Amino acid sequence: MKDNIIIRFEHVTKQYDNDPPVLNDVCFEIERGKFYTLLGPSGCGKTTILRLIAGFIGPSQGNIYFNGKIINHVPANKRQVNTVFQDYALFPHLNVFENVAFGLRIKKLKNAEITEKVKEALRFVNLKGYENREISEMSGGQRQRVAIVRAIVNEPEVLLLDEPLSALDLKLRTEMQYELRELQRRLGITFIFVTHDQEEALAMSDEIFVLNNGKIEQSGTPTDIYDEPINRFVANFIGESNIVSGKMIKDYVVEFAGKTFDCVDKGFNPNETVEIVIRPEDLEITPKDQGKLQVRIDSQLFRGVHYEIICYDQDGNEWLVHSTRKVKVGDEIGLHFDPEAIHVMRLGETEEEFDKRLENY
Amino acid sequence: MRNTSRNFYLIPYVLWIILFVVTPLFLVLYYSFFDIEGHFTLDNYKKFFTTVYLGMTLSSFWYAFLITLFTLIIAYPTAYLLTKTKHKQLWLLLIILPSWINLLLKAYAFLGIFGTYRAANSFLKMIGIGSKQLLFTDFSFIFVSVYIFLPFMILPIFNALNELNPSLVDAAHDLGGSSWTTFRRVIFPLTLDGVKSGCQVVFIPSLSLFMLTRLIAGNRVITLGTAIEQHFLVTQDWGMGSTIAVFLIIAMVIIMIVTGKKVVSKVL
Repeated sequence: MKDNIIIRFEHVTKQYDNDPPVLNDVCFEIERGKFYTLLGPSGCGKTTILRLIAGFIGPSQGNIYFNGKIINHVPANKRQVNTVFQDYALFPHLNVFENVAFGLRIKKLKNAEITEKVKEALRFVNLKGYENREISEMSGGQRQRVAIVRAIVNEPEVLLLDEPLSALDLKLRTEMQYELRELQRRLGITFIFVTHDQEEALAMSDEIFVLNNGKIEQSGTPTDIYDEPINRFVANFIGESNIVSGKMIKDYVVEFAGKTFDCVDKGFNPNETVEIVIRPEDLEITPKDQGKLQVRIDSQLFRGVHYEIICYDQDGNEWLVHSTRKVKVGDEIGLHFDPEAIHVMRLGETEEEFDKRLENY
Repeated sequence: MRNTSRNFYLIPYVLWIILFVVTPLFLVLYYSFFDIEGHFTLDNYKKFFTTVYLGMTLSSFWYAFLITLFTLIIAYPTAYLLTKTKHKQLWLLLIILPSWINLLLKAYAFLGIFGTYRAANSFLKMIGIGSKQLLFTDFSFIFVSVYIFLPFMILPIFNALNELNPSLVDAAHDLGGSSWTTFRRVIFPLTLDGVKSGCQVVFIPSLSLFMLTRLIAGNRVITLGTAIEQHFLVTQDWGMGSTIAVFLIIAMVIIMIVTGKKVVSKVL
């Protein structure tokens, strides 16, 4: 086994009573020192994975390895991981200092050492001087930081973050995204971050696991997942997409919307039915006769950085376009796109088959 | 307009308080300054500070303390287990149910159970300990009192435990706390308010128990409650009875202040 793997899930299933499984036969590996994100809609099993790693629950089937050893039955208080909880779970009867010192006191460190470590850690997240504050006197963003410090002061090998930014307002959330990313680089430990916010995931992660219905749909770097989504679910969940069905005529040639187009995909059966993804920002508005597709503009919405334009082709397919140019509703226009902008998805393909096919390109 | 109508709704409440709380309190205070013949005197207060009454006070506090202690020792784990059960509201109801039965009925039931030739002694014989005098002992007095007060202690502790944010317990485990450390440093401190109100509801009535002391303890345990009852109903010395009542009220007020809820600002 590679020794840079810190956590490994081997066919892990989690099921309560006779309900459908929350996690269904999940396998993955987590490397040391990287920023991972578990991304998916609510109920997809991402928090369950986090709780399994933390040790609050145990798997129904399968094994969880930590540094090569099975930890299925190791209780939470004996694991080298710490958690930042969604509601922060700060102890309301203790002040900031005692909250941060909680783990250190359990380790029975000397008082002087505890004081030094807590002060140092608070300075690390710009909370110097807040030691004697009560938790109720802290703002949301400050509580967030106390929760992070309380976890990292114990020097865990893995830090688990359960939607820690979801309670913050937009501006603070963006700020904290930078801070967390920066923090992970400075500490050099593994972060496993749970979120349902795809922008957050794309901005922060080295690696993203997209989950749905207790299964990992796709894993990869943010660009991999954005540019090469494996299926309709991932394409829809990560960013906005135009998804139309089509036919792969042969390698590098695909047919959709009643026309054939050059593309960069291959390895399909001749005339195989496929789904086509084109991102709205890859569509370029041209005069009607110059575009690869001819569409009629149905509506237009100003979004600040761009106009969100919805058009329909003669087959009734909907096309979402992001453009900085204003258009007129009801006009007929052309849409231009590069062969690289076309992403072809095979129906019902598993991640292994998908990876294999990509390697053959 | 709104203020006047609000004041209007307050009238029944204020009337009730004046008639049945404030007036009796003043009456008790008033009577405590008169002797048995109706002459104004401070003798009652002097008498209270003699060994007889101080001993009685001490014994009242001692028994009330024991009752509260044993009730707490039984109630806390019970309440904790209750919060872990699947149908916790049902179990809670079953535990509270006996408190709806009249106290006297329960006392008479125990007279039956604890009698020399009754169930409890049969059981003792069966397990080889042999027949024992159970009724009219400290043991039976405290046992029955604990039984009667148990629901009143369980309820506030159960509520406190039930309101405890479970992720705080997870957090304590996550930070390396064993089950015991988690209990000692997180669960117990955060349910202390429940424990305090439980102790209040048990300790204060225990101070003035008098039916149980007569029925179950056979008047071998004399508390302030017994003394008040005797003075009002037997010796007809209302002055002395009132004086004891005044001290009892003072004690209760002190207890309520000491165990009173500290305003803990709740987080989340």
